[in-house]
Amino acid sequence: MTPTTADKIQAGLKKRYAAERRFRGYGLVSVTIGLAALLLLFVSIIGNGYSAFQQTFVKLDVQFDEAVIDPKGTRDPQSLARADYGQLIKKTMRELFPEVKNRRDKRKLYKLVSPGAVFILQDMVRKDPELIGTSQTVWVPADDDVDMLIKGYIDRDVPESARRLNDKEIAWIDALAATGSLEKRFNKIFFTAGDSREPELAGIWGAVVGSFYTLVVTLALSFPIGVAAAVYLQEFAPRNRWTDFIEVNINNLAAVPSIVFGLLGLSVFLNFMSLPRSAPLVGGLVLSLMTLPTVIIASRASLQSVPPSIREGALGMGASQMQMVAHHVLPLAMPGMLTGTIIGMARALGESAPLLMIGMVAFIVNVPEGPLDPSTVLPVQIYLWADTPERAFVERTSAATLVLLAFLVIMNGAAVWLRKRFEQRW
Amino acid sequence: MLNQKQAVLLERPAKTNDVLPSAPVKIQDTDTKTVGQVTVDKPIMTTRNVDVYYDDKQAIRNVSIDIAYNEVLSMIGPSGCGKSTFLRCLNRMNDTIESARVTGSIELEGHDIYDKKTDVVTLRARVGMVFQKPNPFPKSVYENVAYGPRIHGLARNQSELDEIVETSLRRAGLWDEVKDRLREPGTGLSGGQQQRLCIARCIAVNPDVILMDEPCSALDPIATARIEELIDELRQNYSIVIVTHSMQQAARVSQRTAYFHLGDLIEVGETSIIFTNPQHKLTEDYLTGRFG
Amino acid sequence: MSTPLLIAVLLLLAAAAFEFGRRRALQVAGPEFRTLHSLPRYYGSYTALWCALPALILLGAWLAFEDKIITILVIADLPAAYQSLSEPELNLIVNDLRNQLSGNVVSRELNLDMQAAVKHYGSLRATSKAALAVIFLSVAMLGMGLAWRKIAPDFWARNRVEAIVKVLLIICSTLAIFTTIGIVLSVLFESIRFFRAVPVFDFLFGLEWSPQTAIREDQVGSSGAFGAVPLFAGTLLISLIAMLVAAPVGLTSAIYLSEYSHPRFRAAAKPLLEILAGIPTVVYGFFAALTVAPLIRDAGTNFGLDVSSESALAAGLVMGIMIIPFVSSISDDVINAVPQSLRDGSLALGSTQSEMIRKVVLPAALPGIVGGLLLAISRAIGETMIVVMAAGLAANLTVNPLEAVTTVTVQIVTLLVGDQEFDSPKTLAAFALGLMLFLVTLALNVIALYVVRKYREQYE
Ligand SMILES: Nc1ncnc2c1ncn2[C@@H]1O[C@H](COP(=O)(O)OP(=O)(O)O)[C@@H](O)[C@H]1O
Ligand SMILES: [Mg+2]
Repeated sequence: MTPTTADKIQAGLKKRYAAERRFRGYGLVSVTIGLAALLLLFVSIIGNGYSAFQQTFVKLDVQFDEAVIDPKGTRDPQSLARADYGQLIKKTMRELFPEVKNRRDKRKLYKLVSPGAVFILQDMVRKDPELIGTSQTVWVPADDDVDMLIKGYIDRDVPESARRLNDKEIAWIDALAATGSLEKRFNKIFFTAGDSREPELAGIWGAVVGSFYTLVVTLALSFPIGVAAAVYLQEFAPRNRWTDFIEVNINNLAAVPSIVFGLLGLSVFLNFMSLPRSAPLVGGLVLSLMTLPTVIIASRASLQSVPPSIREGALGMGASQMQMVAHHVLPLAMPGMLTGTIIGMARALGESAPLLMIGMVAFIVNVPEGPLDPSTVLPVQIYLWADTPERAFVERTSAATLVLLAFLVIMNGAAVWLRKRFEQRW
Repeated sequence: MLNQKQAVLLERPAKTNDVLPSAPVKIQDTDTKTVGQVTVDKPIMTTRNVDVYYDDKQAIRNVSIDIAYNEVLSMIGPSGCGKSTFLRCLNRMNDTIESARVTGSIELEGHDIYDKKTDVVTLRARVGMVFQKPNPFPKSVYENVAYGPRIHGLARNQSELDEIVETSLRRAGLWDEVKDRLREPGTGLSGGQQQRLCIARCIAVNPDVILMDEPCSALDPIATARIEELIDELRQNYSIVIVTHSMQQAARVSQRTAYFHLGDLIEVGETSIIFTNPQHKLTEDYLTGRFG
Repeated sequence: MSTPLLIAVLLLLAAAAFEFGRRRALQVAGPEFRTLHSLPRYYGSYTALWCALPALILLGAWLAFEDKIITILVIADLPAAYQSLSEPELNLIVNDLRNQLSGNVVSRELNLDMQAAVKHYGSLRATSKAALAVIFLSVAMLGMGLAWRKIAPDFWARNRVEAIVKVLLIICSTLAIFTTIGIVLSVLFESIRFFRAVPVFDFLFGLEWSPQTAIREDQVGSSGAFGAVPLFAGTLLISLIAMLVAAPVGLTSAIYLSEYSHPRFRAAAKPLLEILAGIPTVVYGFFAALTVAPLIRDAGTNFGLDVSSESALAAGLVMGIMIIPFVSSISDDVINAVPQSLRDGSLALGSTQSEMIRKVVLPAALPGIVGGLLLAISRAIGETMIVVMAAGLAANLTVNPLEAVTTVTVQIVTLLVGDQEFDSPKTLAAFALGLMLFLVTLALNVIALYVVRKYREQYE
């Protein structure tokens, strides 16, 4: 008996369904790979970074010795500022560990306290000269190595020679910890300070402010210009070679590598126009050229979704085309334009490559006070810290990354909210 | 002053008030010269030899017709015959279509509306338009009506503006229904109310002519009846040109009717005469339902 | 007056101009204000625009050329001995003058000639500032006056204002073109200078890259090696690894999510995958250096392989992860554009879901997918931060993904971060590399965008 068509199909069916399952499996595996990568990334960054939000502090009973701070007793602010507060700290440390006699050991002992402690004491005296002559309990940041040991990042089991802290130092630290003189506290410095070579004194505030100025410039340029360009192209421009050419240019610019914009910034803004290096102004200029295509494309899409009947209604009333756009089309398209702009801003906030070209990679301690001050931005700060060898900077890099991601989440969340809130079906 | 071309045109015998011999002589469907009463004594608008092209495709061929003061002129014809196209020439809404090109002459009270010196904005304020689908702005009822007076500077102050809004809504027969919801969005009204809002919006700028492109085609019969009543009332103050798909509607609301066919204006005449005794074979075919 | 002050004054003037224009319009209209062609505020805007725009244009031009002209004047006035100096030396001197003037640290003691020049410089600057303020304000007043005189009932103010606004809109829309021109000119200009020192052929086909030696003048005869082939090879290797990850994963996950997955799963998984697209590249770079590279090295050590800590594999893998959402969202669009009728036709013949996808949907979507992949490759080639942080600087010519390679973008960053000397081939080389990068990505983008557009039109 010859097999019927149905029999033939039946024969192949098993194999075909196996192929179907395999195909499905590949898809599931792919999605899993993507999600796993995302998970790994977040786990690795959160795992490395969460501890940076705390910092070890040392309790010191400092004797504000008048002989050291103000030997002449004038209370002159200038001489108070110049006094050697390091001596006070050294003395306190010596008193804590009177058994340390050797000069090398002493120097090691002093180094358990961050060099930033000096400025804390200085600040206290400046604010309240009455402190002179009294004895005060002060919590000052510990050195980053102490911090790392307390947080468990320094392995006590490796041989002494391969450790950043030798056995003596570890013994001192343990002694301090045992008397409750070491404490992990919220790391305010990380959020309020500029960059520093000392991890325990380094903070992201300078970079955050730099990012802020840069983004303000970017927004101030790319939003109005982008909207204006989109309005012209979508509402006024005739369809011809010229507008096609503009459109090709915009689409292409949206896909040009960001570093190329950096080259443009370097040769046009810095070399040709002699604008200051490392300035948020220039960073903002470069980033706005980079975000402009995104803003234009999003704005055009948003304009396009405004129904033609609204336009006809306005024109039929005797509104001019400009009035039609300004009174009716723009307000309706604005939420979409804002959404696109926020997404563009989020991209600009995370961008670093073009900023390296225009000198925003410098080591800058001061928090910038305006868009012309030298500064860096958050992602570049991450890049800079990622390059440093200290273990303590690894956790700070991760923590800075978390802060950056938090900003991005907020911005993208705002964009999603805006879209949901004003979504309109015509 | 008529220019030469128009003068010649007006002398052309076939297109004047000549009363053609009544039935049974029907003009054959190959002949596309307009028959009937093209001109009127005191026109508010005159159109002569209007051609409209979309790119190379001609949508309107050689249309000449007058619009009188205080009349309702209805335009009927199978769909795609160019009624909307012609209507949109009358207030230059075709300017918004890039491919559209209009030739011939269209005058509003003796002024060429396609003249370079004519401001299209002023023109559209004088020749208002109501569209097929109600298209209130997504703003409050009040703002919808106040928009025109605002952009044209028709009100000196808020109380004048309030007055214009109220009168317009009253004339459009909508006041009683919306007087308590002036601040609510116009898009929240029912379809018929929305269309009346659009009419109110249009008459708020006090136009001379109102163009209506199938204003009732998206409405139910009750709303349609209200609009038809309204059109009849509005005739006291305005000239109205209405495109409609429904012959009954044309018969009910209009004094004159124009029949279009594939881009040609076939026949114009008093509505009662056209419906009872069409001159042209094509008109008759359409009215008797042979196509359309 | 300083520039911000000038602008503030101008804004005040413009506000006043608006009011003057509006009043004037009402006044010429007389009691019957409807005789005005436009609303009174358009007459105001017209006056304000005429007040502000010409003055702003003047200000921009002045600021752009002021410094250049003053410098020329100062140099021309230097004693003859200085005139014969070379351009870089003159630039140094001018820099010193500027620094002295603004109270910054100066690199050398200033002699008498120089001190005179500083004075000259200062007085020119002061003159320029004063002149600018006077001319600027006069132009503003003049513009306002002219516009004011034009106001009459039959003056079409609204149309004029709208025409001006339209011109502004047009200028904004052409900025994209100027940006492109700016990019081309800036990389081209420096590249040409580079190719004067290093022949194009040596650059494109040379096998050795060691730009750092170029500045060591004691190495006689060594002008550095600028053979870019190792960089091109490294870029391609890393991009290839990235695409090997991103293309299959992105494509199949797009298919799975749009054709197979439960709607609830899709609603959760799709935005999660899209998060990958929103993560800044510097974060990926840090992730690669911190986590992925050590993982790979440890894994390699377990298999007895010697893996570089800056292996191409680590950078490529992470870059691939970054590109996954890009590929999958483009694939998603493209696949969804395939008309339902084609799917129905296939399913009605009794094909399974996967047969339908593989035999009908994918072939139909192929051009779009290829276009999307080209865009993804262009991204991979231009990606900078991941490779800067995770790939090395060593210009090895190798195809072994476990070794360190370097890329075009890494070298651009390395050459331009830190001291820049625009007269040495070392710095200029970065622009030549930038030119190559721009040209290659441009070609890829143009082709890809064309292919995708044609594809879309086909189904529209
Ligand atoms: N924007 C346009 N572009 C090209 N052709 C058009 C356009 N609008 C209408 N047409 C064409 O012009 C002819 C007349 O259309 P229209 O005036 O809308 O007819 P009606 O309103 O009588 O149904 C039709 O053949 C139509 O296809
Ligand atoms: Mg129509």
